[in-house]
Amino acid sequence: MIRLACTVNGRPCEVDGVWPGESLLYVLRERMSLPGSKNACEQGECGSCTVYLDGVAVCACLVAAGQAAGRTIVTVEGLAGAPPAGPAAGAPPDGPTAAAPAGLDPVQQAFLETGAVQCGFCTPGLIVAAHDLLRRTPRPADPEIREALAGNLCRCTGYEKILDAVRLAASRIGDTRDTGG
Amino acid sequence: MLWGATLRSPYPRAGIRAIDLTAAVRLPGVSAVLTSADVPGSKVYGLEFADQPVLAMGEVRYHGEPVAVVAADHPETARRAAALIEVDWDVRPPVTDPAEALLPGADKVHPTGNVVRHVRIRHGDPAATADVVVRGEYEVGMQDQAFLGPESGLAVPAPDGGVDLFVATQWLHADQRQLAACLGLPVDKVRIALAGVGGAFGAREDLSMQVHACLLALRTGRPVKIVYGREESFFGHVHRHPARMRYEHGASRDGRLVSVKAEILLDGGAYASTSAAVAGNAATLGAGPYDVPNVSIDAWAMYTNNPPCGAMRGFGAVQACFGYESQLDKLAAALGLDPVEVRIRNALSEGCVMPTGQVVDSAAPVAELLRRVRDRPLPAALPAAPDQRELPGGVSGTTRGEGVVRGVGYGVGIKNVGFSEGFDDYSTARVRLEVIGGEPAVLVRTAAAEVGQGLVTVQAQIARTELGVEQVTVAPADTGVGSAGSSSASRQTYVTGGAVRAACEQVRAELLRLAAERLGRPVAELRLAPGMVESTVDGPLATVAQLLGAGAIDRTVQWRHRPTEPLDPRTGRGNAHVQYAFAAHRAVVDVDTELGLVRLVEIAVAQDVGKAMNPQAVAGQIQGGTAQGIGLALMEEIIVRDGIVRNPSFTDYLIPTILDMPPTAVDVLELGDPNAPYGLRGVGEPPTISATPAVVAAVRAATGRPLHRVPIRPEQLILDGAGDGAGAGDGYGDGDGDR
Repeated sequence: MIRLACTVNGRPCEVDGVWPGESLLYVLRERMSLPGSKNACEQGECGSCTVYLDGVAVCACLVAAGQAAGRTIVTVEGLAGAPPAGPAAGAPPDGPTAAAPAGLDPVQQAFLETGAVQCGFCTPGLIVAAHDLLRRTPRPADPEIREALAGNLCRCTGYEKILDAVRLAASRIGDTRDTGG
Repeated sequence: MLWGATLRSPYPRAGIRAIDLTAAVRLPGVSAVLTSADVPGSKVYGLEFADQPVLAMGEVRYHGEPVAVVAADHPETARRAAALIEVDWDVRPPVTDPAEALLPGADKVHPTGNVVRHVRIRHGDPAATADVVVRGEYEVGMQDQAFLGPESGLAVPAPDGGVDLFVATQWLHADQRQLAACLGLPVDKVRIALAGVGGAFGAREDLSMQVHACLLALRTGRPVKIVYGREESFFGHVHRHPARMRYEHGASRDGRLVSVKAEILLDGGAYASTSAAVAGNAATLGAGPYDVPNVSIDAWAMYTNNPPCGAMRGFGAVQACFGYESQLDKLAAALGLDPVEVRIRNALSEGCVMPTGQVVDSAAPVAELLRRVRDRPLPAALPAAPDQRELPGGVSGTTRGEGVVRGVGYGVGIKNVGFSEGFDDYSTARVRLEVIGGEPAVLVRTAAAEVGQGLVTVQAQIARTELGVEQVTVAPADTGVGSAGSSSASRQTYVTGGAVRAACEQVRAELLRLAAERLGRPVAELRLAPGMVESTVDGPLATVAQLLGAGAIDRTVQWRHRPTEPLDPRTGRGNAHVQYAFAAHRAVVDVDTELGLVRLVEIAVAQDVGKAMNPQAVAGQIQGGTAQGIGLALMEEIIVRDGIVRNPSFTDYLIPTILDMPPTAVDVLELGDPNAPYGLRGVGEPPTISATPAVVAAVRAATGRPLHRVPIRPEQLILDGAGDGAGAGDGYGDGDGDR
């Protein structure tokens, strides 16, 4: 068993008793109470666990826990302006009646508005992947969006509304930049 | 908390001479290792027939069948312990061909025989003759629902000797009923709350880890979590039935259908699951959305030692649609007619009679849906120097446009909405109106499973609309309220939506009765406006807050759609279905004829939804359903060889990515059904049904290949006769393209 120290969503984290065979994804979900990143395949095929590792989008299921030592991780929980959510206890129930969290990232907000979320399981990974795309390419054409998100599987939406979401987020981020905001 | 793991059979059929748990039990960190002997109640379960063991009882009937379960302090410890269990196997030859399983004297998978159900439909004159007859044999591979969130749940033992289970499922009360029986507990000691559901599509109708986690929790006295990985998920749920179909269509020279004859053989695998109902759908909908005077259809669901098959979006209607739509194209070619024209000439419409004798008594705009997709402008032809990303093969750069041909194809389908054949199909809703912080507030409570379709939002919309209240909370679904039925058969907005509306109506009636009493007005003069009771004569009278004060109005309603009838076992006659739903697709494809690669250029879909309760969610259902139909046409198949599953991973079982999906143009019609709440028509399944034959027709049009089997594989587009299930000696095709 090892002790793992890294920075997650801007906060230094330290966890003990990590079995070296655990993935970063397992540590995030089961030991750090960050269940946003999802495990749909555990072999890097679906992108549901996409996180930033030192600023690079990776599949957290393919990163061994020890490889994250001393590094900086940002998960989908860390994209919103509000402080990342703690353990699930006390959190409001999910659903349309729960108030939208303040300070959502424009990509998160666009996914909500366009109906790009159905079951929601692929959503965290797609949001991080789309966020990463828009950092690199603020005004992507459709073929660029498709290439950038080709590693993220969604089984519910047929991707049409995910394209809508990325286009909407891009237009808003672009508008903000154009006006110097 | 402990983690559970499952030992599964490596063989499709084997006896178990002995199981040695010693090494597993001794592994440090292991708390329990259980086998069938430890199941205190019923040792078998099932949705329609209780034929599936919780854990193997002396034998296994499919590759991946659960044999033993382990609880340990870490998921890896649990997995290693499961691997330490020693089973003395008596390996037996599996029954893997459903056609052979049907033969007299066939080796029996179950002592009761190999036929789960035979459905027989006879309509009109069986001896009717036609000017033109076309015949075809078609085959559908085994599709997986491939929801993204693998099976998972957390069982927590309760002080009263019962158990609380948090689980991703489609029908809480069906789980509860089966769990209570297997655990030997009264139903009220098995309490289930819906956890997040990462997609369903039918795969969560049957139990997976539910009994296992509860057994381990009750045995150890500790919470137990079981989470399947992707590979285990492929073994953990039922799949879409593979089908072999033989069709014969007869028509007059002017293109009017005279007769349809069909034999549909569905491989149900090792256990019954919902096979009987799937066969019912395949048979009753097997002639398609067409007006046919003479119909003879036989559908069989068979037991084999292949993986169990059951519910998947489209539920028996998908397989048949690939058959009858392929036939309509063949008929159009034989008659020299346009494929859309021949469909329109035979299109079902309101007032027509189905092969079951059931009259279609609400809108059936089959011809209109076809016209809509046909009349859309076609996408532009490939330019002389196309963008690499717009070509088959994409950035792999396998062509620059040479050898690429375009094709256009059509499909239209029919689906029943709701549970059929006399099933008592109801939902329960509890609606509470009270005043919170000076404002009226509504709490809606049902056991209906939100699986991503948007049902929570629709329930809130209905309550807001019916009661004029802004503040609506939809409580998390659990078994603390009556059954909502299953989130399947495109039924939940219809049935649970109907229950929520009915409960709201009772709440409103009580509020108006209260208002009449307090205000001394006749109740007939009163109506509910937003936040307010008003008089139709004098306008606003009192706010809801004034009327209710600290009180509350709380109503629970069990709501049913109109009843259906069983099918006559000899003729298949009966008003078996609640409602019919229709969609049509046009697919445009580019095919690289040298490599057999297909790229969808565009897909257009038109669907009648009766009333679009939430237009954004409706479009999402149609787009997502279309994607699953495209997957079946071009890539999705669980490869089973000699009963062994060969590709249980997302590396080897392919579902459409964002690169595979073309722009999807959605055209929604709203022709209300007077029998349904708000006139709505179930939405989820029809788009999955007609997408597949439309894509195949487009590839046929591009290549001239017959394509009798889905999913289409590249070799079918390049090599003569490769992998195309047509024309094999047994009359059902040889099935396996790359054997």
